[in-house]
Amino acid sequence: MSTLHTVNKSPFEKNSLETCVRLAAKGSTVLMYEDGVYGAMKGTAVADTVKTALKTMQVCVMGPDLKARGIDAAKLLDGIKVVDYSDFVKLSVENDKVQAWL
Amino acid sequence: MKLAIQINEGPYTHEASVSALNYVKAAVAAGHEIFRVFFYHDGVNNGTRFTTPPQDDVNIANSWSQLAKDHKIDLVVCVAAAQRRGIVDEGEQKRNGKDGNNIADGFRISGLGQLIEAAIQSDRLITFGD
Repeated sequence: MSTLHTVNKSPFEKNSLETCVRLAAKGSTVLMYEDGVYGAMKGTAVADTVKTALKTMQVCVMGPDLKARGIDAAKLLDGIKVVDYSDFVKLSVENDKVQAWL
Repeated sequence: MKLAIQINEGPYTHEASVSALNYVKAAVAAGHEIFRVFFYHDGVNNGTRFTTPPQDDVNIANSWSQLAKDHKIDLVVCVAAAQRRGIVDEGEQKRNGKDGNNIADGFRISGLGQLIEAAIQSDRLITFGD
């Protein structure tokens, strides 16, 4: 049983990212997209939370949404995988369930 | 694989409609079947043909209509959410005594049961929006 968790809001607007990584099971995949991509950056107030999640989960971030916001890959936390929409589809197929944290 | 999509956010609100469009396009390109796209809450605002964004802007309603036409995708608008927000088809126009309708091509208005059915019949339900 594996779950893909999607987070589409900035961690500085809503606490959905923190709730998601707190409750998601080990081995889950978390995908940050839309304003959620801000959660993937180094040096933010949620960086430690995401670093902890990276120890037990796969963390992905939507590349086109990073680009739209001018966030360079160099600013991302180590271990975060940059994906595109075809990868999003693949992730939702590979996991048994998709849970959106709205 | 059969995929069902739920959209809870209107076009031009944040980004959910465009994200869902990108997702559906990628899923179709990968050979998956989109069982249904269900528009709920403010998401019903995707289904009006009266939107006229600037010409150099993405016309989200038209994009859905085109996608539905090209790939025979079932676009369903929640009736209760639609009534609250003035999204009307011919049936609803008659039923509620309205002077016109505005449903976009490829969309139909139906009940919440359509979302439940889509969730049961599909392998995955992917939700976009607020």
